[in-house]
Amino acid sequence: MAYFTQQLINAITLGAIYGLIAIGYTMVYGIIGMINFAHGEVFMIGAFISLIGFMICSMLGIGSAPVAILLVLLLAMAFSAVYGWSIERTAYRPLRGSFRLAPLISAIGVSIALQNYVQLAQGARPKPGGQIVSGGFTLFADDGFDVRVTWLQIIIVVVTIVLMAGFTWLISRTSLGRQQRACEQDMKMASLLGVNVDRTISLTFVLGAALAAVAGMLFLMYYGVVDFFIGFLAGIKAFTAAVLGGIGSLPGAMLGGLLIGLIEVFWAGYFSSEYKDVAAFAILVLVLIFRPTGLLGKPEIEKV
Amino acid sequence: MGSRLPQMLKDAGLTAFVGAALGIFIVGFRTVDVGRGLTFDYHLVDLAVAVVVIFLGRLGLSMAANGLRWPAIALGAVMIAAGASPMQLPSGFLHWFVALGGVLLVIRAIWPWANEAVTEASRTPSGQAISRAGAKWFGWMLLAAAVLLPFSPFADQKTMDLGVLILTYVMLGWGLNIVVGLAGLLDLGYVAFYAVGAYSYALLSTQHGLGFWSVLPLAGMMAALFGVLLGFPVLRLRGDYLAIVTLGFGEIIRLILLNWFDLTNGPAGIGSIPGPTLFGAVFAETAPAGKQTVSEMLGIPFDGNHRLIFLYYIILVLALITNLFTQRMRRLPVGRAWEALREDETACRALGINPTNTKLTAFAIGAMFAGFAGSFFAAKQRFISPESFVFIESAIILAIVVLGGMGSQIGVVLAAVLLIGLPEWFRDLGNYRMLAFGLAMVLIMVFRPRGLVAHREPSIRLHPAGSGGSG
Repeated sequence: MAYFTQQLINAITLGAIYGLIAIGYTMVYGIIGMINFAHGEVFMIGAFISLIGFMICSMLGIGSAPVAILLVLLLAMAFSAVYGWSIERTAYRPLRGSFRLAPLISAIGVSIALQNYVQLAQGARPKPGGQIVSGGFTLFADDGFDVRVTWLQIIIVVVTIVLMAGFTWLISRTSLGRQQRACEQDMKMASLLGVNVDRTISLTFVLGAALAAVAGMLFLMYYGVVDFFIGFLAGIKAFTAAVLGGIGSLPGAMLGGLLIGLIEVFWAGYFSSEYKDVAAFAILVLVLIFRPTGLLGKPEIEKV
Repeated sequence: MGSRLPQMLKDAGLTAFVGAALGIFIVGFRTVDVGRGLTFDYHLVDLAVAVVVIFLGRLGLSMAANGLRWPAIALGAVMIAAGASPMQLPSGFLHWFVALGGVLLVIRAIWPWANEAVTEASRTPSGQAISRAGAKWFGWMLLAAAVLLPFSPFADQKTMDLGVLILTYVMLGWGLNIVVGLAGLLDLGYVAFYAVGAYSYALLSTQHGLGFWSVLPLAGMMAALFGVLLGFPVLRLRGDYLAIVTLGFGEIIRLILLNWFDLTNGPAGIGSIPGPTLFGAVFAETAPAGKQTVSEMLGIPFDGNHRLIFLYYIILVLALITNLFTQRMRRLPVGRAWEALREDETACRALGINPTNTKLTAFAIGAMFAGFAGSFFAAKQRFISPESFVFIESAIILAIVVLGGMGSQIGVVLAAVLLIGLPEWFRDLGNYRMLAFGLAMVLIMVFRPRGLVAHREPSIRLHPAGSGGSG
């Protein structure tokens, strides 16, 4: 029981990170129907900016952890958002209206280029991030097994919940969210009614990139190490999460993220850690075969 | 013209600002390991130079777009000169960055002229004759060049190695072309079938002593079987879902190869795989017991290059078989069904074509050729490990197909020479190679989304070409 609870806590933490990345996939897919393959790379860049931000904070003598985290959070969100915007502007927008696979192939190119760019600029070795928040408390002990919750895990879950709440508010209550949903339903009609479609799509990428950057910062704090290749696997898993939850659905992305976190952690905890990635991929294949619309997705109507 | 200048300056300034925002952390602060921690190595000067280049480049591009060609060309020339000059820049890369920016600018500025001149020339009668003859004979000329290459004076070991490598990718490209170009199924895990072929040969030859020629068909069948097993459940999915599932499948295969120690020896890979034999004779200086070397059999002195030339011809023949097979398949009902399915699945369904079965044949045949290529790869390298079958390989093969112009056979050859040959030549560039590769993929998609050879020979004509039929 104690072991199970501990795994559950770890899984929720990991799931929160995947969920944040998955939102970027799901929003972009919802609005322009493409898989933003480079999204995992934006997450990786967010993690790197956070690493550099924390180092700058410690150089400037900002000792208080909450202040440093908040500063770095804003920094990473802002600067990763520039990446999201630039990628859309240069690699995807000229291809709108081109044949179906063109944006996906362009996205793969962006992904390869960004990985190598970071590798060239920052080196290939994994970068240790140091410990920003340490400590925790013991929830309960059972059969000599302590169930521990670290402060960091609490921070991760709280940050995720706050952002999710803010984001849901943004999409469901503000004019920006209304425009976003209008473009999702019918881009041409939305533009006839005076919605600036280009701007809305850009903002979708900016928001998705900002959330991915938060995930990158949380990832850095949780694992304490980043390298230029983390975006690939995390991106695929987050995409799996988005598909599992039903692509295009925001609560679905979060649910899918949690489920992928659960599957991965429990698989590693009870079966074998070597095959935990296989489990995630196998889930993706199974979901797509048996329920292509995902758990919370709407069925797609094919028009002739 | 003058009134547009402030607008252009503003635009260039904004671009430079975005460039600075992109680069400030990732480029400006390089993290370096010191003991157990990290410190910064500042590259802010590099960044400043890069931002200036971006500003000038953007300014030049908008000049060229607004008809101010000569100023744009002058600006490009100045940038090239600055890049080539022995001026003190913080890193060698920046010299390249400045010079390449200038080259791109000049190309952009003279592009409309060049385009016009080519169109003009192709309208004249002799131009038309040349282009018609070129289109007809170009493939044959390439083939003749490929056959004669080992006998040419510059066929040293490096060239032959490169030739084998390019032909391997040509074959993979042609194989994937069946799946992506003809049937229109985006497969991001093609390298998995390549891996299946390679491991089939490696395991059967090292553990059961089977030779290359007997394993080759087995490896192809094995890969095709995997193609069917994977394809059967997933081929009902829509395009981009299929892409991700195949990507997931490719990763699953790689992870299994990496972790199934008993069978595959894990990350250490499988070594001392025997090479292909010529009628039972081996390519080596001294033959193992009970075997004969090729030089003994043919009565010629031993030369290390013979093995390479032999490998070259094997892959050339394999690739040509792939090509011929595809050409013939396109004339069969199933080949026609592939292309019809690519264009409109709903219409095909209405006409009574079973989409799943049709896609499955394309998938399995594409996988089979990857299996052939894989077992050739294992025989050539004599050592394989999961390292060789990562996602980036799938992406490269896909890039070859797309860059060549999906469905175009000759385009695949051009793209393979361009994407594999050129970077191999510039091996010293190291990681910049892959950076340029990724950027090239984006640029080609943006400027030529239909690929290098956008024209595709129709598989059927109502009237033979040139007989006066309309259309």
